Amino acid sequence: MQPLEGLKVLDFCWVAVGPMTTGYLAEYGATVVRVESKRRPEVLRSAPPFGGNAQGLNRSGYYANYNANKYGFGLNMAHPQAPEFVKRLVAWADLVTENFTPGTLEDWGLGYEELCQVKPDIILFSTSMLGRGGPYSRQPGFGPVLASLSGMTGLTGWPDRMPTNPYGAYTDFLVPRFAIPTILAALDYRRRTGRGQHLDISQLETSLHFMAPLLLDCALHGREQGRMGNRHPAAAPHGAYLCQGEDRWCTIACQTDAEWEALCQVMGDPDWTREERFTTLLGRKANEDELDQLIGQWTQGWEVGMLMQRLQQAGVPAGIVENSQDLFEDPQLQHRGHFVFLDHPEMGRHPVQRSEFRLSHAPGRFESPAPLLGQHTVQVCQEILKMDAAEIAALTEAGILEQC
Amino acid sequence: MDPSQETGMLSPYRVLDLTDERGILCGKILADLGAEVVQIEPPGGSSARRIGPFYHDEIHPERSLFWWAYAANKRSITLKLDTQDGRFLLQRLVKSADFLLESFAPGELAALGLGYEALAAINPALIVVSITPFGQNGPYARAKAPDLIGMGMSGFMYLTGDPDRPPVRVGFPHFYLQGAAAGATGAMLAHAQRTLTGQGQYVDVSCQEAVARTLANAPQSYALEHTVIRRQGSYRQTGGDTFMRITWACKDGFVNFQLSGGSGAGRSVNNLIQWMEEEGMGDPSLSELDWVTLGYGMITKELLTRVVPPVERFLLSHTKAELFEGAVTRRILLFPVATPRDILENAQLQARGYFQQIQHPDLAASITYPGPFVRASGAPLRLRRLPPKVGEHNTEIYLDELGLTLEQLGRLREAGVV
Repeated sequence: MQPLEGLKVLDFCWVAVGPMTTGYLAEYGATVVRVESKRRPEVLRSAPPFGGNAQGLNRSGYYANYNANKYGFGLNMAHPQAPEFVKRLVAWADLVTENFTPGTLEDWGLGYEELCQVKPDIILFSTSMLGRGGPYSRQPGFGPVLASLSGMTGLTGWPDRMPTNPYGAYTDFLVPRFAIPTILAALDYRRRTGRGQHLDISQLETSLHFMAPLLLDCALHGREQGRMGNRHPAAAPHGAYLCQGEDRWCTIACQTDAEWEALCQVMGDPDWTREERFTTLLGRKANEDELDQLIGQWTQGWEVGMLMQRLQQAGVPAGIVENSQDLFEDPQLQHRGHFVFLDHPEMGRHPVQRSEFRLSHAPGRFESPAPLLGQHTVQVCQEILKMDAAEIAALTEAGILEQC
Repeated sequence: MDPSQETGMLSPYRVLDLTDERGILCGKILADLGAEVVQIEPPGGSSARRIGPFYHDEIHPERSLFWWAYAANKRSITLKLDTQDGRFLLQRLVKSADFLLESFAPGELAALGLGYEALAAINPALIVVSITPFGQNGPYARAKAPDLIGMGMSGFMYLTGDPDRPPVRVGFPHFYLQGAAAGATGAMLAHAQRTLTGQGQYVDVSCQEAVARTLANAPQSYALEHTVIRRQGSYRQTGGDTFMRITWACKDGFVNFQLSGGSGAGRSVNNLIQWMEEEGMGDPSLSELDWVTLGYGMITKELLTRVVPPVERFLLSHTKAELFEGAVTRRILLFPVATPRDILENAQLQARGYFQQIQHPDLAASITYPGPFVRASGAPLRLRRLPPKVGEHNTEIYLDELGLTLEQLGRLREAGVV
């Protein structure tokens, strides 16, 4: 059995943060009906990479990664009768999820109060860049922006260079770690008390919990930590070092004397390691540029996988800087079954990523790949809303429902 | 702050939190949602208390800002687990607990006779969450992985940094925070199942997998198009040989502005170009293009060499604040690259009353804490407990709840058990 069996989710989320959140719910047994429209296709459907050697709204591997197991429901929200139709799905749902610009649901007459009139104990989950209310609530933006606003970009990179944005829409993938336990806690609260509620996540506010000590520090002392590359205030060596091949790097981090001595041993105890300026941590920190250069000269003779293995065997923290090909070949990720391969009618075989935990009595499931646009409109109308064929045809004809 | 008056979403549940700094955020999320979380520290205090920065640089277990940030809302008791009495007390606590969180190396708790099976025998409804770099077993399960190693092995670093320098990690350690936070999801999924079956279970979290889930389209790009995406510094790869620029220097720092075509970003770029022209800083290489019809992912290196310099000049001539204000009125997708001070002064956060001032009576100081990670209309999250001192709640829990006598507690203290 799955933990969320019986949970009914009406999902208006799009792009990354929302679909990833509801993706976990779908992986663990919830019934998730994803509302989309051909008229304004979900952005991620147009985002590379594409499967099946062609572009197309049903072929994005990026989209596919967050939407397995969900039902694709085609609904033209621009149609004046669409909001009224949505209420039929609200009456069915336990949870409604959305990550539109704040105010969008309200403009449709589907704000939290209106949803409560349909279903008094409904839980509405909203997430937006900056939360509801406040002067910049409706300011548009894309993923990389929040890494910048939350201070992560400013800290990342080299002290003598511009800051560098963490890859992708980094905070989009961090917010679900707060959003999902919140949703599940709200469901538990409703089970105990009978009361639903509106959950409003500002992605900026949530992301700041991944920076919290630095904010306390600045508020108290006015201090702002600068960029340090890969360095650590109390460890050396602490960096990524070039290995054989093109753009292959091995990280090495010595936090204790024992780890440093073990590294020296693997290097064959070259004379320089016994020089006084390298035998103590303070010495290594004071001469870190030269230290990095000397270690880098040595690592260049190594194949990165062999080097990691040799160093880890000796007790030195070290690892391959894995690229996306390495991830698929990583023996640990393979052991955990991290990538699950699904067959999709247009994309063919493609990987999706499992959740990062294994529950001993709930395996999670990947029963169907991400839906085609409007793939399950008819099925949802028939099985969930108990509509007859004539009504489905009429609403499709009227341009409210969209089918595959 | 009166804990007894609160009814949070998870108020009825007790969490025993055995984690150190590597798992500390998991229990913090549950505590913020209202659970009663008891941090169980070794006598002398958790290693998380040794992490700086420190209050007025006093290096002291009660002054760690890392501890304050991630232990607020928890209670603390001390317990030495590798003693008979320590194990016995933990087993008694387990009887009434709903969750147990731990971040020891794989097998370490089992070696103390406190593995999942042993705990489940005492309380079959217990949910145990283990947070480790790579999970409980497998070829890397015992590999050493401080933050830098973990961020590299999860695929994050390869994608981040300047192309002519080594790959870089995030400037604040995120590897374990990612795994710990994911543990809260695992715990709550197991809890959802427990409400159906009455049974607990074991949750095995991998930080490596948690960070691997933050890589956007990079893994799929390899699997579907055999493209290995690389780090591009202030640029980003939008295709095999197309790019967009996202980070820029301005007069007093840096801003984030997406220079790319397409329906969303293109309109924003057109608006910036118009602004540049109004200030007499326009450039034909920019205005001859309609950035909306240009489309997403169409900017080659050759085009970049022409369009980037004029934009660079314009942005350098304005401050972060000027650029952001202009961006808001002109619908331009531009935001400051914030420093901690910018964040503390952020008008949106202020309008929402995000930061909380919490009085620390023993220091006679008011400390600024980040606010709740969610606004919940029915059961709001609150900062209801100060970060606990080492063993602050020993009396409350060992005497009042477990029924030890003062004399017994004294003996255990002297023997170094608590």
